[in-house]
Amino acid sequence: MGKTLYEKVFDSRVIREVTPGQFQVLADRHLLNEVSSPQAFAALRERGLTVAYPRLTFGTSDHSISTQGDPEECDEKTAAIQIATMRENSAQSNIRYFDPRQGEHGIIHVIAPERGLVHPGMLVVCGDSHTSTYGAFGALAFGIGTTQVRDVLATQTMLAERLRVRRIDIVGRLAVGVYAKDVALYMIHRLGAKGGIGYAYEFGGNVIEQFSMEERMTLCNLAVEGGARCGYVNPDSTTYAYLQGREFAPSADQFTRSIQAWQAVRSDADASYDDRVVLRAEEIRPMVTWGVSPDQSIAVDDKIPSVAEAVRQNLGAFQETLDFMGMRPGQPVIGTRIDVAFIGSCTNARLSDFEAVAAQLRGGSFHVAEHVKALMVPGSREVRDAVIQRGLDQIFIDAGFEFRDTGCSLCCGMNADRLQGKQTCASSSNRNFKGRQGSPEGRTILMSPVMVAAAAIAGEVTDARRLFGIHDPSIGLAR
Amino acid sequence: MNMRITAIEASAMTLGGDDIDTDQIMPSRFLKWITFEGLERHVFEDARRQVSARGGMHPFDDPRFAGAGVLLVNANFGCGSSREHAPQALRRSGVRAIVGESFGEIFAGNCVAVGIPCLCVAGADAKQLQAHCEADPSSRVRVDLTAMSIEIEGAVFPAEMHAGPRRQLLDGSWDSLSVLLAVADKTKERVDLLEGRVHTTRVHRR
Repeated sequence: MGKTLYEKVFDSRVIREVTPGQFQVLADRHLLNEVSSPQAFAALRERGLTVAYPRLTFGTSDHSISTQGDPEECDEKTAAIQIATMRENSAQSNIRYFDPRQGEHGIIHVIAPERGLVHPGMLVVCGDSHTSTYGAFGALAFGIGTTQVRDVLATQTMLAERLRVRRIDIVGRLAVGVYAKDVALYMIHRLGAKGGIGYAYEFGGNVIEQFSMEERMTLCNLAVEGGARCGYVNPDSTTYAYLQGREFAPSADQFTRSIQAWQAVRSDADASYDDRVVLRAEEIRPMVTWGVSPDQSIAVDDKIPSVAEAVRQNLGAFQETLDFMGMRPGQPVIGTRIDVAFIGSCTNARLSDFEAVAAQLRGGSFHVAEHVKALMVPGSREVRDAVIQRGLDQIFIDAGFEFRDTGCSLCCGMNADRLQGKQTCASSSNRNFKGRQGSPEGRTILMSPVMVAAAAIAGEVTDARRLFGIHDPSIGLAR
Repeated sequence: MNMRITAIEASAMTLGGDDIDTDQIMPSRFLKWITFEGLERHVFEDARRQVSARGGMHPFDDPRFAGAGVLLVNANFGCGSSREHAPQALRRSGVRAIVGESFGEIFAGNCVAVGIPCLCVAGADAKQLQAHCEADPSSRVRVDLTAMSIEIEGAVFPAEMHAGPRRQLLDGSWDSLSVLLAVADKTKERVDLLEGRVHTTRVHRR
């Protein structure tokens, strides 16, 4: 009987079984941010301990940094203290810090892949739930809490239990105008926000095999919104081509040997899974959320569930959710007025995301609606530089977007970029939780970057395929 | 070594609804400090304000539940962000155990770190427990980690939790760090092995 990648990597990282079912596992990489690490460093100092393996530990500041002007110019003093503490802790412990003052910063989940820090078969942890992003590389990667950050700093290990593995195949042909974000939102809609509890998600099928690394990162990033602790894709030539030549990737003379090792961690053809799900790509249309949980979504040209449907689907707090969102049962989501449009976050702020949007805006007479504030926030300085180098920044600026510096920004509302009052935001980020974008009453509608751009232009939720005339040459105009 | 946690007996608070995320428990604007101290003042702050604006009363403001040590929740409680600020704030507000249908996994792990057991019961049992508590908020709930049961007013419900965290709480080893430090030599051997196999280079690309 073969093994899954999950089993192979987990087993190879076990130091010992502490008690039946609970293992001490070794982390190949530990990534830090300014929000979840300061208490962990303080706890180390309290016990007279030091960081055990600083060379396996990397950090930056991303949640609270400013996207305008000096990245460390925070609107709140406590945030500035957090960033200063992060720099100090890194320096004292000899940890490589991607320093905003040197322009090396960005969202940790964007810069770690750019630097080639994550390789297939690694176990990667970080005090942030979207660490699941790195599963795109065939790594086991998951978020941990601050006490576990302390544990990994002190020992490079942590306690973990084995997860079950659900294989999710996406098969068939994705329509033009449907993106990795739509695949992820559709998957969460079908399996539920709690469907993944107790599972690691293994994504496969021809659609995933054809996905670029950036698309795989978007999908694995959102695995956690489906309740799974982590998601991953088996490594292949796409993975290796992405890694080759990057700063922390194996050197050229080692690379062939590394590929052999990476091939060996792929799930075996005869591996057995605890569960299997097959999703048809043809069924996936551009997705938008209408509620306050990432599984509360519909295809853009569908209607919000009616009261009767809500009862049938057992949707709890349905009316309260709609009241919060300012939406009505049984109505189309198209036409929902928006106030803010946000293209950014560790889900969708990589170069390909901005290229996809720019391809629609280019040469068009499209302009952001007058009442809409539209932000584009690159996932890293490297992405930002590439956007400028390709001249895409001007396309966005001409269309009425504010071209900002990098950071988590409006995804989590921890810097000055926040919704105000009951503003509604069309957002390429990952969570539509109440209050997520910085205003307790703020409303978030999740969608792909191209759909966000379309909403920004129309001033309301709209079908990007119609607005931009995106059509599939083989099947004619989209409906 | 921490204290052993074998059973919690306290009055309870019902907190109904699925998918209550950690952004709700602790809004992100309170994540900007470098300590966890004082977070209890902001637990569920936005939700409490919103419920009160609608003329209702959030369980954390409800005098019937004052001093409750057990939270009775539904499914996927604590989903979302990995912020340990959420269980830290709950613990500092006096919560000593949480009972529900299911939990966000990172949250449940973080709860062990602060000494809060999260026990799973069947969905219908979670609702029954909540009904008991609503009917008489002064009832004592007994959360028993040895028997793996929840008892309220003579009614007993079977409960589950992962074996590892349960053992940690029962034998008082939920301070994971001392457990992990015990095999530092073995860890070093393994790191050396891994680093020998996959070399990295630090040459800047481009």
